Order: sequence, then structure tokens, then C-alpha cells
Amino acid sequence: MKLESERLDHRVIAGLIPPRSTVLDLGCGTGELLYLLVREKGVRGQGVEIDEQAIYKCVAKGLNVLHGDLDSGLSDYLDNSFDYVILNQCLQQVRHVETIFKDSLRVGKRVVVGFPNFAHYTARLQLGLKGRAPVTASLPYEWFDTPNLHFLSIADFYEYCRKKGVKMERAEFIGNRGLVRLLPNLFAETGIFLISG
Amino acid sequence: MLSRRTLGIVETQYVTFTPPGGVPMENGERLPQVTLAYETYGRLNPEKTNAILITHALSGDAHAAGFHRGARTAGWWDSLIGPEKAFDTEKYFVICSNVLGGCKGSTGPSSINPATGRPYGLDFPLFSVGDMVTCQRLLVEHFGIDKLLAVAGGSMGGMQVLAWLAGHPDRIRSAIPISTTLKHSPQQIAFNEVGRQAIMADPHWKQGNYYGGPVPARGLSVARMIGHITYMSDISMEEKFGRQRKESIESLKFTPNYTVEGYLHYHGENFVKRFDANSYLYITKAIDDFDASKLRPLHQVIRGKDVKVLVLAFKSDWLYPSYQSKDIVRACKLAGVETSYCEINSTYGHDAFLLEVEEETCLIAHFLKKVLNGYEVDDYEA
Repeated sequence: MKLESERLDHRVIAGLIPPRSTVLDLGCGTGELLYLLVREKGVRGQGVEIDEQAIYKCVAKGLNVLHGDLDSGLSDYLDNSFDYVILNQCLQQVRHVETIFKDSLRVGKRVVVGFPNFAHYTARLQLGLKGRAPVTASLPYEWFDTPNLHFLSIADFYEYCRKKGVKMERAEFIGNRGLVRLLPNLFAETGIFLISG
Repeated sequence: MLSRRTLGIVETQYVTFTPPGGVPMENGERLPQVTLAYETYGRLNPEKTNAILITHALSGDAHAAGFHRGARTAGWWDSLIGPEKAFDTEKYFVICSNVLGGCKGSTGPSSINPATGRPYGLDFPLFSVGDMVTCQRLLVEHFGIDKLLAVAGGSMGGMQVLAWLAGHPDRIRSAIPISTTLKHSPQQIAFNEVGRQAIMADPHWKQGNYYGGPVPARGLSVARMIGHITYMSDISMEEKFGRQRKESIESLKFTPNYTVEGYLHYHGENFVKRFDANSYLYITKAIDDFDASKLRPLHQVIRGKDVKVLVLAFKSDWLYPSYQSKDIVRACKLAGVETSYCEINSTYGHDAFLLEVEEETCLIAHFLKKVLNGYEVDDYEA
């Protein structure tokens, strides 16, 4: 029996990861993605999560999970400890992005990054026309209660990887009606990238 | 929902090991014979793959769960061991033994030295946490068990878990060290030393030769009082006692009039009735000298081993702070073994590992289920 994850980004990420890989999921939350990868792909998975209540849910799913922040989650590991390090929907929420990014590329042979696109056309309309801080499907928070510290677009991420000499292996884009092929920086709510150092 | 079911009446058993040449100790000495007091709960399956060893803390014993005949209080970890509890005795065979050097039925300084016919006292060899584990291995082999499903324990019990991991990683499928450390900090050694000095300063101690006469009750009682303070937290003491005074206040100077003073006195005096002062000296020395990485770094020993680890710590535990648990986690990460870690929110201090039943049950029960059954991973079709 196959498990169907509700979330399209989870299914896209599952499509990027070969069976029986070793995976470190940073900011794994309640472990939905990791559970999918373990059950469908037979990966050897390890999660890291800061929220105590989420830890109970991960352990209840039979997952290996470490309670702690991402900085300490990464620094202990030796180089190339995992085939894949996943940073899904968390890079925009960490204080020291560059440290996490660099350390992920050190600890993982490849890194999967997923983040909400700040340049989605609905965000552009709200900011450009209405003059309001954008609230969109992938950025659902008001300015006063957002956990996000960094706001970046798909174009920003391409530029960042180019500057850092990071190899872009694959990119997938998700809009409100499924995968996006055309003008992703305008029409994608979420970008998912497979990169390596 | 937590299970309220109980194991009912249980009984402590005894087994004596007299291997040829005696039981070897880490310091090179040999004990001619070792008796272990133990209890078991649940049933060992025919394949002998469902056995869990529970290891006790400094003042614990073999009576971990259920009730002794006529007793009103249950074993020290009854909230976690029993039918449908964290260590589910309907699924697992649970073993708990009194440690080597203890005074609750296992061979220790208060036992009769077969060479002299009198209690060992200070003739008892200095033993280590590793020696406790050596004796536990004899017990596990006595049941014909090749590999334990899990070893679990808190505080000093956690050190025994780590000693299993460091010394016999091929004999366990999983390890659950709780509120513990790879090695004692100077602060932990310091508290133990004050306890030992209190015992040795008692005129009744007599270099450990007090058996048959008055015991060093004042000294042992003070040692226990110090211990008790370190097991609680600032908040838990405030909640439990505040600055409340006892009902009957004595007019003499310096009598213990605060509730907290009365509590410490009561527990100190009670402890003397059930614990041997020499055992206290030997066991605290063993845990002060413990170092899980003494021979080889732990991460090197367990690298590539098929063992799963669940590390638990508690937020208000200042005696075994969570950074010490994180050091254990770090060794597991370096070794690449599958590990889970949770720092449970609690205000109970070090005692939390005996009290935070709901959280521990959730984590331990699911962890053990995974260790026992693994995943039924579907074959992936590309």
C-alpha cells in the first residue's frame, strides 16, 4: 500500500530522492515528509526539530528525531554523513542562513531546499498596487505574527547559488494548481531545488 | 490515556554466580561469588527476543514494579512498568536487578565475606559501573538471552545503560539513557564527596566496621539530605514547601521548623533504615569514576553497530543538565547510529525521570515498538 502525502511539495521532494538513501531532515516538524520517505522510499532518516510537541509526533511515527535547533543539529556531523540534507520550508526562518546553508552542503552530498517565493504575482500585486505587505498561500502570515525572518524569490536563490558556486541539479516549482513550468518566479508559490557543493 | 493496571504481587528472586576463578572486576581483583537480587515481569518469548533490562539509580533496588506481599507502595518505576505501560509487560519480559555493591539483596560491602565469615566492610573491592554491568550480563545469560531488546534507566541507571552501550554494543538492540551523563562533572563529584565525608565523619562509621553495632545514621542521613536537594529544582521546592513552617514549632534554637527542613529530616532518617552507609560510599565512588569513553571514545565503539538509542533529559534537571545528554547524542551522531533525543519540559528537577510519566510513556512505548517490529517498508517501484 502506498501512502499519499497531502502536500505536493512532499511528493515533489520524494521524487528527488532515490530509494534507500540516507536523509537528514532539518526542521522536520511532525515528521510527515520523513515518514513518507521512510515508508515509500525505505530511506534511513534522521530528523531535527525544535518544537517539543512535534518530537512526540515524530517518535509516535517511529522516526528518529533529535530535539534541538538547526545550528547544533548540523555542526556535530562529519562531512558527507548523509546522501541528502533537506531544508524544506525552514531556511527562511533561521537566523544564520549562510551558516546553515554551508553546513548542509558539508554534511550532505546533496541538499534539497524548499522555500516560499516572495515574488509570486499575488505578492507583487499586494505590494506594488495596494502597498501592503503580502499575505499569500505560501506566505500566509501577517507582518506581526510571521515566523519568517528572510524573504527571497526564486530569482534571488538562483543568483545566490551562482555567486556561491553551488551546482543546481534540479528545480521544481509549485503553484496553486500544481506544478509550474512557465515563468516560475512569477507563477510559483514554492520553489524546490536540488543542489550540491 | 495512561494505563492504571498493575502487575499485582511480585517477589524478589536471588541467584548466585560462582564462575571458575571468580567474577573479574575492572581493577583486576576477583570476587569469588556474586549474588544478585532480581525481579522479572512479563514473559520471555520462546525466541528470547523481548527482554528489557531496567537499571536502577543510586538508592534504587530490584523492586521496580508491582507490589510486595503486604506492601502499600509499589516498586520505584511502577508508573512505567506494567501491563499497557511504557515497558508493557504484556509484550516484553522486564528484568531489574539490584546492582553489585548494593544492599538490597545483591553482594555488597554488607555481605558476608566467605574468606572471613564476617561482613566485608572496606575489604570489599572498589567496583565500577562496568562491573555492575558485568554482573548483569551473568544474569541475562542465566536466562539464556543472547541479545537484550533494550536497556533502560535514569541517573546512575543511565550510566549502566551507557556502560552496556560502550562495553557490550553487540548484546543490545537499543539503549535508553535518561537524565544521565557520559561522565560526572566536578560539581557532581563535589556533591557526592560531601555525602561521603558526612558518613565518614560519623563516629559510628569506624572505618566501615559498624556491622553488629550502631550504624553511622547521622552521617548517612545528612548524605541523603544533600542528595535530595540536588534531585529537586528551585521551582519544585517553592511549590512543595514555600516558606511554610511546621505545625508544632519547638522553642529550642535551631530546630528544623520549616516544612522543607522537616521533609529532608524525614527522608534522611527513613533512608538509614533501608540503605547501608558503606554501599553509599562505594556506589557514589563508582559513579564519580564512570567515564563511558574511558577505554575508547564511545562514538568509535558504536560506529556501524546495529543499535538504536533514545536519549531523554528534563529541562529543570540541574544535577544532570541537558548539555550532558546532548554530549551522548553527539557521540551517537558521530557514530551514525539511529538516535532520538527529547528534552522534556518539566519543573521537577532530576526527580522528573520518575515523575513525568505521560511524556516518557509516549516516547518509550513508541520507540520500543519500532525496535521490536522495525518498519514494514514497501518495495519501492520506480
